[in-house]
Order: sequence, then structure tokens, then C-alpha cells
Amino acid sequence: MVPISYYLVLSAILFALGVVGFLIKRNLITLFMSIELMLNAVNLAFVAFAWQWKSLNGQVFVFFVMVVAAAEAAVGLAIIIAVFRTRETLNVDRVNLLKL
Amino acid sequence: MFQLVLFFVFGTIAVAAAVNLLAQRHPINSALSLIVVMACLATLFLLIGAEFLAAIQVIVYAGAIMVLFVFVIMLLNAGEEERTPGSRVARLLGFPAVVLLAGLVAWTLLARNPHPVPVELTGRFVGSPSAIAQLLFRDFLLPFEVTSVLILIAIMGAVVLASPAGTATGPGSPAEPPAKREV
Repeated sequence: MVPISYYLVLSAILFALGVVGFLIKRNLITLFMSIELMLNAVNLAFVAFAWQWKSLNGQVFVFFVMVVAAAEAAVGLAIIIAVFRTRETLNVDRVNLLKL
Repeated sequence: MFQLVLFFVFGTIAVAAAVNLLAQRHPINSALSLIVVMACLATLFLLIGAEFLAAIQVIVYAGAIMVLFVFVIMLLNAGEEERTPGSRVARLLGFPAVVLLAGLVAWTLLARNPHPVPVELTGRFVGSPSAIAQLLFRDFLLPFEVTSVLILIAIMGAVVLASPAGTATGPGSPAEPPAKREV
């Protein structure tokens, strides 16, 4: 039996790593991947709590998180393509103007 | 005992791959690291009775979403990321701040959890597809239907955003001959 607290600590570590990636990375696509990492960490916490309370509601929430993540990835990557088309760069430091 | 070993093996691999995601400079390497993290999380899901979610994690997350990422990396021909020189203060304060953040999240999850571990197992607890479907199509029917609208909007948004300027105009817009697409 794995204690639930181990799962929660692992989830916290992965979430913190996702936050760090979002802050230190400079590539737009990698920033997006950091967000996905954070979502995965939250999913792990959801599943752990579902196991602890013996309730499947938490697993259904993970299902919805995955759906929202898929929609977010589709729209976000389309935005990245649009940004790349106008700026010719993926570096967030160069994307600092609201208007061309 | 065997489960504990499995947890530590796959948990360590997941954390190592997440660190590798941060360390790599080329986005394709980061994407592959993220796929490793997701596969490890799928096995961890299996350990605590989320069988359906483990399958969905591999199929949807590691399959569909990451293929989308890799496809965009290929499409945009993304190269190595440029390093931005950071300040020394950020470098000195950054690592303690990360540890502090992880500790804070873990403490919030653990300390505010009124039901202390471990829970004795009464029967098998398995998130089988039929059990999930019972919940999803009965108790969560309205959120499920709303999700379909969300996905429809996301599809339309992606089409409008990703198409070149001028081609995604509706039928009411001024007539414009469809421009020859250059490669």
C-alpha cells in the first residue's frame, strides 16, 4: 500500500517544477508544455484523493480536466502559430508589443 | 511492498523527466520528456485504481495532445531556445523559492486533509470504464454536454486563429478571391 501522502508530495513537486518551467523557459511552446505539466500534477492529486475517499467523482473531474487541456492546447497552439506568423520568433522576450 | 517499489521507481522517473524538461533547450527534447512524465503518471494511476484514466492518459495526453505539440514544433521549425541572461539575485533566490513553493503546496494538501492515511481497503476500488460511464452520463450529464460546446468553440477558434489573415472571413465579408497559397 502506498500512502496517499506520497502521491500528494509527488504532485506538489511536479506542480512546482511546472511553475519553474513557466518562469524560466523562453520558448512559447515549452511554456505551454509547462502548463500541461502543472495540469498533470493536479490530475495526480485528484486521483489520489479519489482513492482516499473511495469516490469516483475525482476521476470524473480528471476526465474533464483532460478535455479542457485538449481544448486549451488546440487554441493555444493556434495562437502560437499566429504569433509566429507575425513576429517570426518563438521567443517570449521578443513578443513584447501589443501592436506591430 | 511491491507497489511501494513501483511508486518510487516511476515517481523518480517522472520527477527526473520533469527536470529534464526544464534543462533541455530544444523544444522537441522537452516534448519527449513530457511524454515520459505522462507515461509514468499513467502507471501511477494504475496503482491507485484509476484504470480507465490510465488508458485515457496514454491515449489522449501522450497520444493526441503531445502529437499536436510535436506537430507544431515541426511546423514552425522551432530551433534551440535563446538564453536570456538572468540576474544573480534571481539565481540565488530562485532555488529556495522553488523548494518553498513545493513545500507550501504539499503542506496545503496534507495539513488540510482531515482524513489521515492510510485508509483500510474495503473491497476493490477500481475506476473501470463502466463505473466512470455511470457517473459521467448520469450525475455529470450537464457538464458533459457543456464540454461538447466547449470543444466546438475550441475547434472554431483554432481554425480562425491558425488560418492566414484574410482567408478566414465569413460569407458576409467583402468579396476577396481566394489567394493562391504559397508554400
